[in-house]
Amino acid sequence: MADSPKTTFSRRGFLKGAGVTAATTVIESANALARETKDALHSDRAVGPGSVPVKLHINGHEYSVAIEPRYTLAETLRDNLGLTGTKVVCDRGSCSACTVWIDKTPALACMTLAIDVVGRQITTIEGLSHGDTMHQVQAAFVKHDAMQCGFCTPGMVMSCAALLDRNPNPKLADVKHAVSGNLCRCGTYPKVFAATLDVAQQRRQTAGLVALVTEREA
Amino acid sequence: MAPQSDATKPAAPNRTETFVWGIPQNGLQSKERQVGRDEPPPLPANSELTYIGKPTERYDGPAKAMGKGKYTADINLPGMLYARMIDATIPHGRIVSIDTSEAEKLPGVRAVHVIEHVYGVAELRDPKMEAPSRYPVIRYYGQPIAGVAAISQQIANDAAQLVKVKYDTLAFVVDRSDARAEDAPMVFPGPADAAGSAGGGGGPKGVPQTGNVHGPQQKKNGDVEKGFAEADVIVEGEYFTQVQTHSALETHGFVVDWKPDEVTVYASTQGTSSVRNEFADVFKLPKNKIRVITEYMGGGFGAKFGAGNEGVVAANLSRKANAPVKLMLDRRQEHIVCNRPDSHQKLKVGAKRDGTLTAIALTSYGTAGVGTGAGTAGPANNMYKCPNILTEEYDVFVNAGPGAAFRAPGHPQGCFAFEQTIDDLAAKLNIDPLTLRETIDENPARKVERQIILERTNWRNRKPAGSDSGPVKRGMGIAQSVWYRFVNMNSSCEVRVSRDGSVELLSAVQDLGTGTKTMLAVIVAEEFGIPPASVGIRIGDTRFPIGPDSGGSVTAGSITPAARNASYQVKQKLFAAVAPQLGTTADNLVLKGGRVAFKNDPSKSYTLKQVTAKMPTDEISAQATRVAEYSKERITYGGVDYVELAVDTETGRVHIEKVFGAHDCGRPINPLGVISQINGGILQGISYALFEQRIMDRNAGYMLNANLENYKILGAREVPEIEVVLVENYIAQSSTDAAGIGESAGIITLAAAIGNAFYNATGVRMRKIPMTPANVLSALGKVQEVQA
Repeated sequence: MADSPKTTFSRRGFLKGAGVTAATTVIESANALARETKDALHSDRAVGPGSVPVKLHINGHEYSVAIEPRYTLAETLRDNLGLTGTKVVCDRGSCSACTVWIDKTPALACMTLAIDVVGRQITTIEGLSHGDTMHQVQAAFVKHDAMQCGFCTPGMVMSCAALLDRNPNPKLADVKHAVSGNLCRCGTYPKVFAATLDVAQQRRQTAGLVALVTEREA
Repeated sequence: MAPQSDATKPAAPNRTETFVWGIPQNGLQSKERQVGRDEPPPLPANSELTYIGKPTERYDGPAKAMGKGKYTADINLPGMLYARMIDATIPHGRIVSIDTSEAEKLPGVRAVHVIEHVYGVAELRDPKMEAPSRYPVIRYYGQPIAGVAAISQQIANDAAQLVKVKYDTLAFVVDRSDARAEDAPMVFPGPADAAGSAGGGGGPKGVPQTGNVHGPQQKKNGDVEKGFAEADVIVEGEYFTQVQTHSALETHGFVVDWKPDEVTVYASTQGTSSVRNEFADVFKLPKNKIRVITEYMGGGFGAKFGAGNEGVVAANLSRKANAPVKLMLDRRQEHIVCNRPDSHQKLKVGAKRDGTLTAIALTSYGTAGVGTGAGTAGPANNMYKCPNILTEEYDVFVNAGPGAAFRAPGHPQGCFAFEQTIDDLAAKLNIDPLTLRETIDENPARKVERQIILERTNWRNRKPAGSDSGPVKRGMGIAQSVWYRFVNMNSSCEVRVSRDGSVELLSAVQDLGTGTKTMLAVIVAEEFGIPPASVGIRIGDTRFPIGPDSGGSVTAGSITPAARNASYQVKQKLFAAVAPQLGTTADNLVLKGGRVAFKNDPSKSYTLKQVTAKMPTDEISAQATRVAEYSKERITYGGVDYVELAVDTETGRVHIEKVFGAHDCGRPINPLGVISQINGGILQGISYALFEQRIMDRNAGYMLNANLENYKILGAREVPEIEVVLVENYIAQSSTDAAGIGESAGIITLAAAIGNAFYNATGVRMRKIPMTPANVLSALGKVQEVQA
């Protein structure tokens, strides 16, 4: 732009340069990056700059897509695969709106290159529900009105559902920590907390009932 | 704010009805009103209704939770191109040349468009004061210059980097106080004015302008000199607030599909009507060739009305490329194109020994960048009774992005200064701040709200200012808000009943996340006695009857009467159509609890489906438009917010521990959604008071923190315990008595309430926000003041 000399800027280069920073926020992505960088050092195989065919495992399905190596996972999901539930808000890893799971771990799709997640299991917001049947966390978000404009909601749901998978008995502070990176401008946080704690409570009750039945049957 | 239509012009009266009136805590009363022939019968209080006033799950909640809602950013049309906006890299100057040839040569690029006119900024009263040029003068860093469309977003971004712009630079100024200096660089060479948007904003026109200082807009009531002479005590204060950016999560953006027979516009907008109007103006198109669609919308807060520069560029690109074009601003651009203006306010309030106000004088200077609308006098002019008031508001032009309407324009700034001055007055008179307001505030809803605060918070245990001896000091404070009842008459709904018994509502009105869809479903549901989730709500499309633009809390009060009236009228049509088949007359039929019954024989009743099956046609429909308010009474809304906080006087950190809000918005339709909005207003208010601040580089003239990691907005860990009480206030003004809550939801009060609690904790008055550790430690006298 303007009179400044043309600079070539690729997200790939940026991610490599900022590997350490990325690692603090997106450990999974950085690990993948490290592996990929190592592979690249030990082979002559170059990818890009044109489109390359890749296979991605998303929500239990395999997708074949031709993308430039610089495409982020968020761009690929949204623009190439029509999975627009994953939102892009800041596009630089500071708001968590694009949170997806890579092998069950929350990661930022805007800070992850699509070609780096070949062979990994990706779960997006669309993969949490089955048809019109909502995931428990999604249902609780509706019940508690844990959304207004809804633009942060998919990312929030992904963060909260992952929290409950790794910690079935979270306290309020745990929920706050789990969504501490998820920015919401409408200010729905109190209801996000309530919804998530409600699901934990429901699950404890269900687990209690199951234990009771099992005990009686034994 | 929406146009203050002729809502005050009463409809042709045909009958007198008795309406529920007042506030339940005071004992409900009744009020007689003349209403038009087509008006439905008055609604009883919420306690007697089935769906209105009961918590209702968000109509589009499942779609949002499952990621299925399609926002403008998610629209993907066949053959669609992606665009990038190219913006100025200097803060002030003239464009000498723009070379787009390299960009156009890049494979995949389909169109480039260079802007001829910049929208949303002030314009010279006399355009001849500037030499004519084919390019607009650059007045702020980030001003849109051109757009480029390509087959992928990445190629569009690459192409944007290839556009070469040559400038002749001019001297610039980005700081409000610098810009007031006599020898400051001039942002405009002569007087300039800005129009407001459909959401308000914009300052006065035709006022004097000296250098960069535009104004004053003066409001005068009584004689302040006399008022101050009569005062027993006088308090004075000087207050500073910062520039805040809207930071809606979905950036401004459009998808435009320009076709000869119709231009289809998907817009992230607060007003489908405002977009259609501006497209018609800019492109000289009849409105019947423009269709605007906003099904899901990722937040606006006042910033998204009309076509905007991005809408105009997207449309030009689509026309040139003969393909649909998506143009979403990036996050940096979102931060630059609009904001809440800053302020520097001087306030003086005089009162009698018993607290009675004798005079209020306010002078405010604020910058809306290259726009106007930085006035802050709303609370000082409208909150309390005072015979002598003088307010003078000045806009100061600087070379920065234009201000825009932002949730209660002017009021958070004004309240920060005014409600802290009232707190100072209470301290000086040695009167409890809640008690003082009993003397000076005539608003009945706020009186009830103060009582709720008194009974349900820790207020009675409030200690004198600065009582805590340790380094962490706790305090509590309150502040009040005022907002106004605006009604937009461009509010229509169609309601259809089909033979299968299904009911649907259609309107062009949009849902920004405020819950418009849910609110409309509740209204129709109440009239038909069917669950809200079973009503079809189709809104956000200008093919449907016109809807109001959502700004200034107008939507609920404007559109719900149209929805109820259309529901009522289609019901009457249905009765008339089926009565002969049921062997009775239409006026003998009543619809209650989802069943149609005979008034004279309640044993005869049918399900809605049984009745609609007898319809002579497959569909019966009725359309209704907002009628004038039932009376000319001036009505304001408000709230009282209570804050408990801790100030760490060693680190300068302020921790908000508890907020208790009591708010009113006429008749609440869906309390679940209203409370969500109040939570949001409170949290945005805390964010404004403690964290947010646009920081400009004085030497280079650009915004240093145009992103979401350095422009800090409140996150989950900063959320205090929040409790909200809704006060019902029946006003007998429309067939629903609904009113919006967006503005009076807490955004107005919080900075002031936090300031008052800070004073109670420390004995020190915070005169500047955001209350960052640096500003706090400087106020406490522990470090020297730092200029942001």
